[in-house]
Amino acid sequence: MKTIILRTASNYLLPILLLFSIFILLRGHYLPGGGFVGGLIASIAFVLHAFANGLKDTKKLLKIHPGFLMPLGLAIAFLSGLLPVLGFGEPFMTGLWLEYPIPVIGAIGTALFFDIGVYIVVQGVVLTIIITISESA
Amino acid sequence: MEFLLAIITGLLYAAGLYMMMRRSLVKLILGLIIIGNGANLLIFLLGRITKGSPPIIGEHEKLLSDIYADPVPQALILTAIVISFGLQSFAIILVKRAYKVVKTDDLDKMKATDEEV
Amino acid sequence: MMQQLLIYPLLLQLFLSIVLMFAWGKVNLQRIISIVGSIVGLVFSGMLLYQVLTQGTQTMQAGNWAAPFGITFVADAFAATLVLLTSLAGLAVSCYSSASIIPARIRFGYFSIFHFLVLGLIGAFLTGDIFNLYVWFEIIIISSFVLITLGGEKAQIEGAVKYFTLNFLASIIFLTAIAVLYGLTGSLNMADLAVLVPKLENKTLVDVAAILFLIGFGIKSAVFPLYFWLPASYHTPPSAVQAIFGGLLTKVGVYALIRIFSLVFLGDSFLQETLIVIAVLTLFSGGIGALVQKNLRKVFSYLIICHIGFMIVGLAMFTEVALAGAVFYLIHDIVIKTNLFMISGLIYRIKGTVQLDKLGGLYDKYPKLSLLMLIPLLSLVGIPPLSGFWPKISLFLAAYDTQNYLVVGMVVFASLLTLIVVAKLWAEAFWKKDAELPERSHFLYFDKLWISRRIQFIAPIVLLTLVSLYIGFGAEHIQQLSTRIADELINHKQYIDAVMTNRN
Repeated sequence: MKTIILRTASNYLLPILLLFSIFILLRGHYLPGGGFVGGLIASIAFVLHAFANGLKDTKKLLKIHPGFLMPLGLAIAFLSGLLPVLGFGEPFMTGLWLEYPIPVIGAIGTALFFDIGVYIVVQGVVLTIIITISESA
Repeated sequence: MEFLLAIITGLLYAAGLYMMMRRSLVKLILGLIIIGNGANLLIFLLGRITKGSPPIIGEHEKLLSDIYADPVPQALILTAIVISFGLQSFAIILVKRAYKVVKTDDLDKMKATDEEV
Repeated sequence: MMQQLLIYPLLLQLFLSIVLMFAWGKVNLQRIISIVGSIVGLVFSGMLLYQVLTQGTQTMQAGNWAAPFGITFVADAFAATLVLLTSLAGLAVSCYSSASIIPARIRFGYFSIFHFLVLGLIGAFLTGDIFNLYVWFEIIIISSFVLITLGGEKAQIEGAVKYFTLNFLASIIFLTAIAVLYGLTGSLNMADLAVLVPKLENKTLVDVAAILFLIGFGIKSAVFPLYFWLPASYHTPPSAVQAIFGGLLTKVGVYALIRIFSLVFLGDSFLQETLIVIAVLTLFSGGIGALVQKNLRKVFSYLIICHIGFMIVGLAMFTEVALAGAVFYLIHDIVIKTNLFMISGLIYRIKGTVQLDKLGGLYDKYPKLSLLMLIPLLSLVGIPPLSGFWPKISLFLAAYDTQNYLVVGMVVFASLLTLIVVAKLWAEAFWKKDAELPERSHFLYFDKLWISRRIQFIAPIVLLTLVSLYIGFGAEHIQQLSTRIADELINHKQYIDAVMTNRN
């Protein structure tokens, strides 16, 4: 699959797909989208890169092992659920929101951080699965 | 629409069970995936299908005034799909390992754990 | 802070598994975190049970969504007791695994997955929402799949294929049942369902849903015609994994059966008779199966099946005495089965085999250890005054009162079978003359281990043996607790009230 067209295209597609995945992640609160879909799109970006340039290059690009993303994302999601319990005495996973929306991003709440956690976990899981399968083949 | 979905659900269950009762490991996994999809469709079907009226409360209202589509089944299906995504990827790797270790994909030959050792 | 105590054991396990994932590869650190964390978890669960017993049923509406719309977590006396037992078994197995699981497996994330499994178990006990119960079941089975295959030996993989297929199928049947129930009532909250289901007119469809639940949970709890995956897979993973599987995985299925059939589907004579037939056949086939096996671990696997029957018998008769017996048996069984599999692991470590015909002379060589192992074995049979004896009295009385003489006979017969199995086991493994076994190379025998490792092997067994001695000699307390739980299960109005009115 190492054609020059795909390789060149994937170099441009990778940042665009990553940006698009973040866009999908952020619009997910009221519109179709969210952490799971965003994470899948982001991991597709890396999978495409791996198809074009080989797994070694993608791993070099990632710098860290994708397995590390799993606890990181879980920790973010866990803390965003835990914040209402420890800080405000509300039940686990209660949505807390900042009073004023921030320009461009919009209203910020614990739900957003939960989604970011999901986004990271999904990337970690999917990339780990794909790297494991293709390396053991 | 309901009638069609009911038939498809039945077909998926039947096909899944049929595939599971074959001897091959790969067909077993395929069967499990198909029957899982059947279950998801069943939730969708039993959650009552309402067309074209999303459960969104208008700006000047406080309650939903009209009949609306139930969002819960979709949330259930989404959860079930994500879970089965994880299970299926595990299953595929397991089957691959099993084929490498046992050197057969015939389920009838995988009976070492039931024999007297 | 304190009114949310019920969620703390749950959050702690999630926290532990995340921290353990960060400590990937650091074997000793993982061992310490797991043991210390499990001790903290035990303290939390103990506090929770105390709170529930003094202040009544605790609830928490996740995300502040009022019931029946959100997911409710409910800790009544039944759930809190089982959470405490889970934490206890978790602590014992965590300590045991740190000695018995080889570093390579720990490096592949054994402890992290182990705490995920405990998380799933605690979640399944605490949840009050039926779809959420499905999700916890999935967490349990995904973690157990990883634990059963970790290491990747041939027998493990073969066992895992069977285990995976039937548990996945059980989940799908469970999901189908949820779909039918949701289509009928439009609700997923168990307390809400308890109000809605008796009012339904379409009784046939309710029965269909009930049978689907029975099959789904029946596969998971390994009752009579659905248990074949258990003896085919439970003896393959390392003994620490077997201990947590044997102690808790089937019991969570039993818990779900008791919960669903005491809360949602009630008063159906057909269902009750089906349950009695299933339970009697489970007692019979499990006992006979245990009798003919020669592998120690397979013997214990069949004993799990046999003793599931006692709990199902109690549920099927559905009187207060019977349910108290079932709950008491559940409490006793979790402790005993976890302990038994750890003992089989210890025997394997001492002799290098678990084949009954090759074992022998254990009493001669390790008299003190043998006496330690004798206590759980005798508790299992139910020699008075040890722990297995008391629940059987309740079951016996209840069966006599409801004139189920078949059940009376089968309870006695199954106890007798267990006695024969244990007597045979004792004679073969402990009293028989020691056969000369060829020394296995690359095998760490027990007497070559460091003293600290040996303590880690024996300490959890001592701990659980002490607990089962307490259950036996302090039977009054446990009986009071079981009677209270049975009372709460039968008069489930307070459960519904606690869920539906508490909108904090």
